[in-house]
Amino acid sequence: MIGTFVAYPFVRGIWLSLTDTVVGREGDFVGLQNFAKLWDDSIFRRAAQNTVFYTAAATTMKLALGMVVALMLNNLLGFKRILRASMLLPWIVPTVLSTLAWKWMLDPTFSIVNWLLFQLGLIRFRVDWLGGPVMALWSVILVNVWRGTPFFAITLLAGLQTISQEVYEAASIDGANAWQRFWTVTWPLLLPVTMVVMLFSVIQTFADFQLVYILTGGGPANSTHLFATYAYQIGVATGKLGEGAAASLAMFPALFMVVLFQLWYIRRGEGGVKKRGA
Amino acid sequence: MAAVTGARWKRWVFLYLPLGAFVIVTLFPFYYMAVTSIRPDREMYIPWNRPNFAPFWTLQPTLEHFALLFRETLFARWLLNTLIISVLSTAIALFCGLLAAYALARLRFPLGGTLGTSIFVTYLVPQTLLFIPLGEVIRNFHLNDSLWALILTYPTFLIPFCTWLMMGYFRTIPRELEECAQIDGATRIQAMVRIIFPVAMPGILSAAIFAFTHAWNEFIYALVFLSSATNKTVPVGVVSELVRGDTFFWGPLMAGALLGSVPVAFVYSFFVENYVSAMTGAVKG
Repeated sequence: MIGTFVAYPFVRGIWLSLTDTVVGREGDFVGLQNFAKLWDDSIFRRAAQNTVFYTAAATTMKLALGMVVALMLNNLLGFKRILRASMLLPWIVPTVLSTLAWKWMLDPTFSIVNWLLFQLGLIRFRVDWLGGPVMALWSVILVNVWRGTPFFAITLLAGLQTISQEVYEAASIDGANAWQRFWTVTWPLLLPVTMVVMLFSVIQTFADFQLVYILTGGGPANSTHLFATYAYQIGVATGKLGEGAAASLAMFPALFMVVLFQLWYIRRGEGGVKKRGA
Repeated sequence: MAAVTGARWKRWVFLYLPLGAFVIVTLFPFYYMAVTSIRPDREMYIPWNRPNFAPFWTLQPTLEHFALLFRETLFARWLLNTLIISVLSTAIALFCGLLAAYALARLRFPLGGTLGTSIFVTYLVPQTLLFIPLGEVIRNFHLNDSLWALILTYPTFLIPFCTWLMMGYFRTIPRELEECAQIDGATRIQAMVRIIFPVAMPGILSAAIFAFTHAWNEFIYALVFLSSATNKTVPVGVVSELVRGDTFFWGPLMAGALLGSVPVAFVYSFFVENYVSAMTGAVKG
């Protein structure tokens, strides 16, 4: 069953990407023409750049923020459970629905975010969050960080809780301050967990669709497309299945590298410290 | 990090205040969703820079947006669709995942390790990579615009996940447990069903909760594979029927978003611990 629904579509997708199929008509083989066309397409190039930038910026911010929150939670004595539970809400609520709330909060005319920043004296004029190409991409990144940070925080917290208190005490006795303790003890011991969380997040962010689809629809003027939203626009909205399949398969090489790296990293870890069965 | 033993104000400045701010930012959109859903239209569309813009509460709460949602859209139907799809695809995924995980964790057969790895890789394939060819497959099976399109495709990402998670869980259960049962005359199947599954219940529950929320939240397959209004899921229905061109009906939109979030939040609140262990378990394998 998995074979039918994953391997077969994959092969079928590669075949589609090499034809000029449109909805309702079986296409002819055109070789790499679709890919060549995409390569010359300025919107596609922009989408590729956006995807890389979006993934890099959002993942870095999620890691930094998630790490800080995890460290704080780990230091907290009470309220840990309730905080952890409420913090995960952005992660479990359907992304489309929470993103709609953000779209309303960032509305050009009725934005509460503008109102808040204005009341706090941080802005003097209206910020058009989703209106300009640069601002719109940053807004999408911001919402992605809002949604993804809890995942980082909670998983990193789980990793932190496995580090024994004695290591820190030893480091303290040796005269390490909090900053040094973090970089010499916490960071290296947490690295395996961090790497896996990062790689999961990179894959999901790279292949993201919903945030951009809802917040900007790829606009203004096709400036905020990611691979997935552009593939949707070509393949589903305008019905050029062949070209759409090519656009989404263009993600594959990068994803493949990430997965290979992840497998290599996990293997290496298993061979070393804890050898697992089978 | 070692417990901070500094002065009280230090704990406030470095711990309570930033954490509090973080939680407020995290939860604010949900609060705003709720307030918007009961705010009358005449109060909602006041530009933010007018002095009478009072965003945090409303003195004249109304249920007109909810009424509109149920009267003029098929929202109740969408909720039902989403529920049917999530429950059935989770059930399929759990059943297949349980058997696959047990086999991979316990039985020795050639290529077992490779199979385990390929399941992990399948679990990492994002839905956006294959939605166009998968749409074609669905059409060829004449399943397009039917709930079955989703009930049968969601397991493609749910089964690998469930298998992966439960495989890790089964490995923590000592082999001796079922060997004892087998010595006492139980068959392998009996040992599996009577002894191992009950012990693995927390792991199974975690996988179920996680799979259910995944299915409930899925968007792109639902968007591409379903077209008629009666078959939509909540996320797709809300987005496609309450946005007309550039016009957003914010009241009903937020009411729909709230109602669409409540079921998962409700399920989640009972099984937070299971959910967290699934999430962290999925990462650690």
